[in-house]
Formats: sequence, C-alpha cells, structure tokens
Amino acid sequence: MRYKLEKRREPSMAMLVITPVASVIVTMLVGILAFDALGVDGWAAVRDIFLTPLLASHKWQDVAVKAAPLVIIALGLSVGNRAQVWNIGAEGQYVIGALAAAGVGLAFGQAGGFFVILAMIAAGCLGGALWALIPAVLRTRFSVNEVLSSLMLTYVSLQVLGYLVGGPWKDPNGRNFPATAPLPEGQMLPALDGSTIHLGIVVALILPFAFWLLMSRSTFGYQVRVVGSSPHAARHGGFDAKQTIWATMLIGGAMAGLAGSLELTGALHKVDLGFASGYGFTAIIVAFLGRLNPFGCLLAGIVLAVTSVGGQLAKTTVHIPDSTAGIFQAMMLFLILASDILIRYRIAKRA
Amino acid sequence: MTARLELKGITKRFPGVLANDRVGFAVQPGEIHALLGENGAGKSTLVKMIYGIMQPDEGQILWNGAPLQVANPKAARKLGIGMVFQHFSLFDALTVLENIALGMDAAIPARALEAKIRAVMTQYGLMLDPSRVVSTLSVGERQRIEIVRALLLNPKLLIMDEPTSVLTPQEVEQLFIVLRKLAAEGCSILYISHKLHEIKALCDTATILRGGKLVDTCDPKVETSRSMAEKMIGGSLKDIKRDGRSLGAPKLVVQGLSLPADGPFGTALRDISFSVRAGEIFGVAGVAGNGQNALLLALSGEEPTARAAVTVNGTQVGHMTARDRRGQGVSSVPEERNGHAAVPVFTLADNAILTARDRLGMVNRGLLDAKAARTYAGEVIEAFSVKATGPGAMAESLSGGNLQKYIMGREILQKPQVLVVSQPTWGVDAGAAAAIHQALVDLAAEGSAIVVISQDLDELLALCDTLAVINGGRLSAPMAVADAKIDEIGLLMGGIHGETAHAV
Amino acid sequence: MDFTIAAIITIVGLTTPILLAGLGELVVEKSGVLNLGVEGLMLVGAISGFGVTVFTFNPWAGVLGAAVGGALASLIFAVLVLQLNSNQVATGLALTIFGTGVSSLIGVNFTGRIVAPFGSIFPDALARDPFWKLFFGYSPIVYFAIIMVFVVGWFLKRTRAGLILRAVGENDLSAHSIGYSVIRVRYMAIAFGGAMAGIGGAYFSLVITPMWAEKMTAGRGWIALALVVFAGWRTGRLLAGAYFFGILMALELYAKAAGFSFLPSQFWAAMPYAMTVVALAIISSRGTAGASAPACLGKPFTPST
Repeated sequence: MRYKLEKRREPSMAMLVITPVASVIVTMLVGILAFDALGVDGWAAVRDIFLTPLLASHKWQDVAVKAAPLVIIALGLSVGNRAQVWNIGAEGQYVIGALAAAGVGLAFGQAGGFFVILAMIAAGCLGGALWALIPAVLRTRFSVNEVLSSLMLTYVSLQVLGYLVGGPWKDPNGRNFPATAPLPEGQMLPALDGSTIHLGIVVALILPFAFWLLMSRSTFGYQVRVVGSSPHAARHGGFDAKQTIWATMLIGGAMAGLAGSLELTGALHKVDLGFASGYGFTAIIVAFLGRLNPFGCLLAGIVLAVTSVGGQLAKTTVHIPDSTAGIFQAMMLFLILASDILIRYRIAKRA
Repeated sequence: MTARLELKGITKRFPGVLANDRVGFAVQPGEIHALLGENGAGKSTLVKMIYGIMQPDEGQILWNGAPLQVANPKAARKLGIGMVFQHFSLFDALTVLENIALGMDAAIPARALEAKIRAVMTQYGLMLDPSRVVSTLSVGERQRIEIVRALLLNPKLLIMDEPTSVLTPQEVEQLFIVLRKLAAEGCSILYISHKLHEIKALCDTATILRGGKLVDTCDPKVETSRSMAEKMIGGSLKDIKRDGRSLGAPKLVVQGLSLPADGPFGTALRDISFSVRAGEIFGVAGVAGNGQNALLLALSGEEPTARAAVTVNGTQVGHMTARDRRGQGVSSVPEERNGHAAVPVFTLADNAILTARDRLGMVNRGLLDAKAARTYAGEVIEAFSVKATGPGAMAESLSGGNLQKYIMGREILQKPQVLVVSQPTWGVDAGAAAAIHQALVDLAAEGSAIVVISQDLDELLALCDTLAVINGGRLSAPMAVADAKIDEIGLLMGGIHGETAHAV
Repeated sequence: MDFTIAAIITIVGLTTPILLAGLGELVVEKSGVLNLGVEGLMLVGAISGFGVTVFTFNPWAGVLGAAVGGALASLIFAVLVLQLNSNQVATGLALTIFGTGVSSLIGVNFTGRIVAPFGSIFPDALARDPFWKLFFGYSPIVYFAIIMVFVVGWFLKRTRAGLILRAVGENDLSAHSIGYSVIRVRYMAIAFGGAMAGIGGAYFSLVITPMWAEKMTAGRGWIALALVVFAGWRTGRLLAGAYFFGILMALELYAKAAGFSFLPSQFWAAMPYAMTVVALAIISSRGTAGASAPACLGKPFTPST
C-alpha cells in the first residue's frame, strides 16, 4: 500500500494546532530512543529536559524569566515572517537594545525611578529598532537579502558589546572584569518579593493580546499578511511593500530591543560578555513553533524556556552536555517545518 | 491501415474532478487531427497522458496497433512522439542551442547539434539564431524553438497544444505551412485548439471534448463553425446584448504615457495616448509580452506614472497610487487571478477587503470590519452566481471561471467610473465568459468607461466599440471596430516583431 | 618579503574554507535551492572530520568523513525542502541550529584532544623553503579547493549534467515537463553542497587549529553564503570574492602588528562582517547580480501532477 499527498480544499485548522503539539511529543519520543541507544537513560534525560521544570514549582520562576525575552522577541519576529521578511538578526538587536538601555542608565548615574527606567526601556526599543533599520534600508534601497545582512550585523553588535564593556563602560570597581557596573537599585525593574519574577514577565504576558489585535483585526495586520502571501496582490490592493518591510523590521527590532532592555533592568542588572545568550536565535524557533500566532508564541516560548531550564538540569542529573537542549529545539523546528505540509495536504491511499 | 495512435476508454481522475471519462479516438499517419474543446474540457490532461507526463487511471493507448504504457516524456520521445507546449518549456536565461540540447535525450556535441538544427531550419523555413539567449526572443520565435526541438527527433506524431494563442495572424499562416508540410511527409499531428476557423482551415478530422467526455469525431471541412461550437459548449450560443448604449464625454484620457521596463525582460511603455468615453468599451489587442501588463499596472496605479499621463473625469491621477486612484473611481482586474487580483490563501471575504475596503467603508479607525466584508462578498457571490461555499471559501478553492466572476463582480459592484480589465475570460468556460462579457457591457451601459486588454482578437471584436493594437510598448491609432480589418490588425500586431526582424 | 609571504599564506588559509563552502552553495543555488544551513554544515564537517582523524590517525579519512558528515546532514534539509516543500529559509536556519547543537554534543568527547595538523604533503625542501612554501606549503585541502573552482566552472558551463542542473534552477516546471527529475537533480546538488561545506569546516579542525572547539567556524558559513551573491553565481568571481574576504579577515590578524592599534581590536574583528554587508549592498544595488540569480532560487517546486 502506498500513500500520496492530496491537496485539501481548505487549509486544516486542526492540523495547524495539532502539528506543533505533535512536534514536541515526537521530539520527546525520539529523544528517549536516541539517548537509550547512546547508553544514557533516555527517559530520565527527556523527563528532566521537558517535564521536571514544569512539575517542580521552584523551577517555575526560572522558566518564566527565560520565557519572557523569548516570547517578546518571537512576537516581533512573527510579524516579519508573516510578511516574508526574514530578520534573523534579533540577537544583535537584543544586544544593541540592552546597550542602549545601559547607556541611558549610565547617563543618569545613580539616579533611578519610574521615568529613568522608562527612558532606559524606550532607549532599548529604539536601539533595537534602529539596528534593524539597517537591513531594512539595505533591502529596500539596495535589494540586499536581509537574512545575510541582519545576521552579519549580529556579529558586529557582539564586537560593539565587547568594546563597550571592556573599554569605556567597564566597571571601575570590577577588578578589570569586562562588564558594566551593576545597575543602581533605582534602575531595576520591580520584582516580586523574594523571587526573580520581574515586571518584564508581565509585559510578556500582556503583549500577545496587543499583537493579536494588531495582526488579526487591524488593516496593518491585513497588509502584512497580503504582502507575505502575494506581493502582487498587495500592490494591486494599494499596499506598499517597502513600507511593510520597514514596519515589520522596525517592530521586530523594537521587540528584540525591548527584550534586551527588560533583561538588563529586570534580570541581569549588568551587561557582560555573556549577555548575548542566544535568545534572538531561539526566538526564531519559538515563532515557528507558535505558528506565528501571538498566543502560540506565548505557549511556544514557555516550551522552549522549559527545555533550556531542563537542559541545565539534565547536565547535573544525567550528565549530558547542555547543547543537548539545542538539538531538541532544532528537532522541534525540523518537525514543525516538516509537518507544515499537512495543513494544506492530506495523506491519502494511492489508488 | 493501422492507426498511428489509438486511445481506448481513457479515464483520468483528480480529486473532485473527472478530467477524462472513457475517451477514445484514433489518429492516422499523416493526418492532422484536431482536439477541440473549451478550457477545462480535458484536452491538456489527455495529451499529457499520451506524452507520458501523467498516467491514465483506466484505458489503453495503442501505438501502431500495439498496446503501450508511456512511462515518461523520454519514453514518448523515443517512440517518436513530440510535443510543443502551450506554456513553453523553455529556459529564459539559456541560449537557443542549450534549450534544444536539453530536449535531446542523448548528449550530442554542440557543433553537430548546431548543424542538425540548421538543416531542420532550412528544410521547414524556421529561422533562428542558435546562440541567442531565449529571453531576448519574441513569443513567435520561442515557439519555433519548441518546434525545431520536436522536429529534430523525427517525430511520427507531433502534439501541438494551443499553438496559435500567442501568434499574430501572419505567424499562424507560417505555422500552418510547416504543419502541412510535415503531414505530407507522413507525420501525424494532434492539434489542440478552441479556435474553430483555424481547425476548419487546417485539420482533416476533429475530436470534440466537453467536460472530459468525447462528444463527437467529425470532419471540420463539412461542419460549420457554429455547429462545432455548439457541440463544444453543449448548447446554443448566446449573443451579447449590447443595445441601449450611448457614448458620452471622455472619461479616461491617457496622454503621453511612458513607463520604463520592469526588469531586464520587461517591456517599456512608449508615449501611449488614447481616450475612452463614458459608455465606451475600448479594446487593446496584441501578442503577449508587448507591454500589456505594464499598461494595466500604469492605468491601475500599481506603477506610478507622470501626473498628467492619466486623467479621469478631468482630474489628473497619474501620480496617484492604486489606492488613491480607486478613490477616484478607477478599478482594475489584472490577468493573473491567483496571486495578483486575489490572494489564493485568503477567503473571499478577506479578498473583498483587498480592493473594496476604502470605497465600501470596511475600515474603522485602523481596524477591519469583518462583517461588512462578509456581507459584501455574499452580495458579489449572489449577483454574479459564483459557485462557492460562501464568503468563507478560500479563493484558491474556486474554479478559474468562478474566481474570475467573483473578481469581476467585486470590482463592478463598486460601480467604478473606469474599469481596466486584462484577459477577462482567459481560462474561463463559455458560460462564465458570456456572463462576464454581459456584465462588462451592462457596466458600460451605466456610463462607465471600460478598457479591455486581450490577446483574443475574436473577443475584442465581439465586445468592443473601439480597438487599438499594442506592440513593443507602443499603441496604434484607435480604430472603430465596425471598420476594422483583420489583416491590418494582424500586421499591427506583428509590428517590429515581424517575421524576419530577428531571423538570421 | 618574508612578511609578504607569511601574509599570503595566512590569507590563503583564511580563504580556503569559505571558498569550499561557497562553491558548494553555488552549485546548490544554481539548482534553484537556497540552503542557509551552511554554517551548521561546516560545524558538522569540522567535528566529523576531527573525530574520524582522531580514530584513524589519517587526515585523508578525516576529510572524507567531513564530506560524508556534511552531505548526510544536508540530506535532512533536502528531505524537508524537496519532499515536504517546507520553507527553505526556515529549514536552512533549522539546519544551522541543528548542526551547531549536534557538533557540540559530539564534540564533548573530543574537547581538549589534538591531532597532527593536515599540512603540506610536499617534501620539506619545498614545503619549508622560505620562498617555495608560498606554492608548496599548504594543506592538500587548499589545492583541492582551487582545483574545484575550475572543476565546478567546467561542470556548469561545459557538461550536459551541468546544463541540466542550470535548467532545473532556471525553470523547474519546464525541466519537469521535458522529463528531467527536478527532485533528483536537487538532491544531488544539496548533497554536494553539504560535502563541500563539510570539507570547508574540516579545514578549521584539521588544519587551522588542529583541535575541536564549539562554534569554531565563527560565522564563516554565512560569509560563504554572502560570497555566492557577491560572485553573481559565477565561479571565477567566487574565487576573487573569496580572496577579497580572506584579505579582510587577515586584516584582523595583522592590524595590531601593522600599527593599527589606535583602533580597538573589536573594530578589526567586526570588519569582515561589516564589509560583507557593504559589499552586498554595492553588488546588489548594481542590479546585474540580481539578473544572474537562478530564476527558481528559493521557490518550492510544485508540479501539477
């Protein structure tokens, strides 16, 4: 018996929801088998990576802290991806956003308070947006592929970070360690007493609603979807493709910058060489696993945060390297991309 | 005498469609056999099975009396079956020689191949420069590549799929000479078309398909065009009711419109001027690729032009975007339905928003009024009898004719002052085509100015009051359809792409 | 003179990996597929080349292992993109993330180990001669890369298989209707691209450092991708472009020595990446590069049958 793919008359909404869930489950199953084959306790590894962070309440705050930047960045990226704008330089925009916020913080010295924090976060959004504007301009003015330019700029941004924290912004009391001085108390985001749960996490919970309204109900969201699925039809409808590229890149950059500034003010409280920890890249997986849907991004952000926290956990419990979580994340992305076809096609028996 | 090719009970199913239903006929050696039918009648599917691109679900193909399975096009060519596609299977960035080499199944040294090509070209009077890059050739020249490619294989059967849809009348005559010569040498020709006068002029036998079924096999020299048309359509032909129209003041005035070419393979528009009066249907004839797309984009506003180049009701709109021109009452329907006039993966309601959102108030403070869009899509479906499950149906789930009716309806119900349409009935069945033609005439009767861009000269002659020919981005002087002469139009269509312009 | 020779040798070394990966990607793109996973493939090649060399003590086997590793990893991409019509951009990114993860995971067992560098196979009299080392002092991979420039150029321009590959990249539907297997051609192109990227990655772990380090290719896979655009999909220009980038990368190493220390070292480290962006802008805005891009590049192949 052979099978073939048959086009559906209408895209399947069920498959749209089932496939991401199935991707996570299949990844877990493959993980169990693969690790058993490698002589590691597969069930223990998968349990620690995927389940323990969810079941152990003391891990929840770690998950929340890691999920917040992933969700925020992924929300921004999913707008661009809907328009077929491939900003893969969110990591760089995140870094520049954090540096912009840190710079504003430094300018205020020891001063703090609501408006200072607001200024820092605004600077973060602006910094990220401006950094994303470079590939946008290059794409619209010089038709440079934004995949390459945004990624190249990530490498540049890391050097900018290295220069600033190792040079002009280095903490004078930091024993020559390349890092900025810790933020004064007044420049930190409020956090729940005795926990690491900061206000940025609340922002990550609220933003999906705003993005849902933007993408599903507004003319702008419609414009983005038309430009992404049929550029000629967009032109026919009177939508400007260049303007859409600019707007989506700016949104993506602003969100990455926002995440960077929230991470600085809410979680890490200083910038050092390890500040760029790959959120900008992981968020690409989040956006796809979340099917570019704002609420999907929220859930997928939590899943990816769980695997990151769980990866650290499994390192000590079953002694597997922390890059394992990265493989699981890539596998989820492969599976979600592979199963995309089921939304528009069904599997039928060959006659 | 054994038939060269015989089909018995060929059946092919696609999801939801029976493309061929027990079709059978025979083609004799040296016979020019027409396969006649409307778009969607199943002609292309049938020949794809003969050429091995698809496999029949049921039935038998006999070749010189022996049953046979054509596994793939390579096997077909080995048997001596050649095919010239309607949409050419050419590679724009490669040279003529490279294109022909790709059609050969064995590697032939370039020099030997070139010699063979030149021999075939002289034998049949098909002139081409083997070193030219295809993208620089006219459509007629491109077809010649396909024909030369097929002839190099010494075919016993040559399949021609709608070969004349892109040719000028003069080029058609040339083609017929080649085909008659081939047939005289014993090659069978399967000639697919829906143009009846061509079939009467060329073919010995005609097999007529309708809805995937064989209707009749007849002698086209005996039949009249009308009788064959009625067999093809399965009913009597309806004429367009075009009375009750009076022409008013000029509504659309185009003055000195020029537009640079869009990309290396595009055509620039050069100094185009014409005007269309209220109630008038203005036709633009021409061979594909002579600037029709650019003209539509320049009129709809998708490509901005000089301010004074386009005037509507006395207002200069040339500098305006497509959206602003819609505000001035300019609607357009581009040739490509899926992906240009409509978003295939959007519902009909969402597709209503694409062009009607401003004129019909579907936007409120930046937010879309989904209900208004659904209501309007429902009205269009109702008024134009679009076969669809409702406003929530995906555009791509509709048949070509139904989607075209929906798109025409979406623009016409907005009561545009000026409507520009390209290829309004391309790939549309006769019923839908008649409905679309009638809708255009009715819109004109209400006082709109209409521009119809079409490669189908018969359509333009039936529909339009005035006609001009576009060639190489220039528009000829307009002529009243009543006094137009086919020969003259044909020469204008040939223009600088005439028969010998690029020949060696 | 000595300095010049040393500089040229450094530049040749820096150029080789991006030249190899770029050549592979050029063939992939000529067939109409955009594989953004080059960086991941290079890492897979780096670790598989290193691993095989550690076990066999034979760098030739290591290079072969890198080619096989890169090709196998690229086949994951091929199945998704060709069989399941997944989005090529996203799938390429996934391949890079996957390659980074897999190479780190395998690499854990090899961290800290070293192998003998895969150096020149010419007699020392030539390979270590102060002057003749300029021609004979390189790893065999270097000569292989340069030979491959001409092989790939000849293949694409002069052979029938190359013509078919270009045809598939120009118009997949036409190639299909004439009777060529678009999918098969693209599978082979992708596997070739994977093998070449793998060998390019192995140059890092077998020649440059000779050891394994996580993410040791440091974004060179992305530069190789830019290089293909920069070269306008032509092999001759690819060679020239690779040396242009090689010189930029060498600048970072020589900036301090040459007295450029008035600028921070990060400036020179960022230079190749920033210059890549500038070079892309110059090339792309001229428009000539766009015209020579294969017409089907990045688009899924969806025949109606």
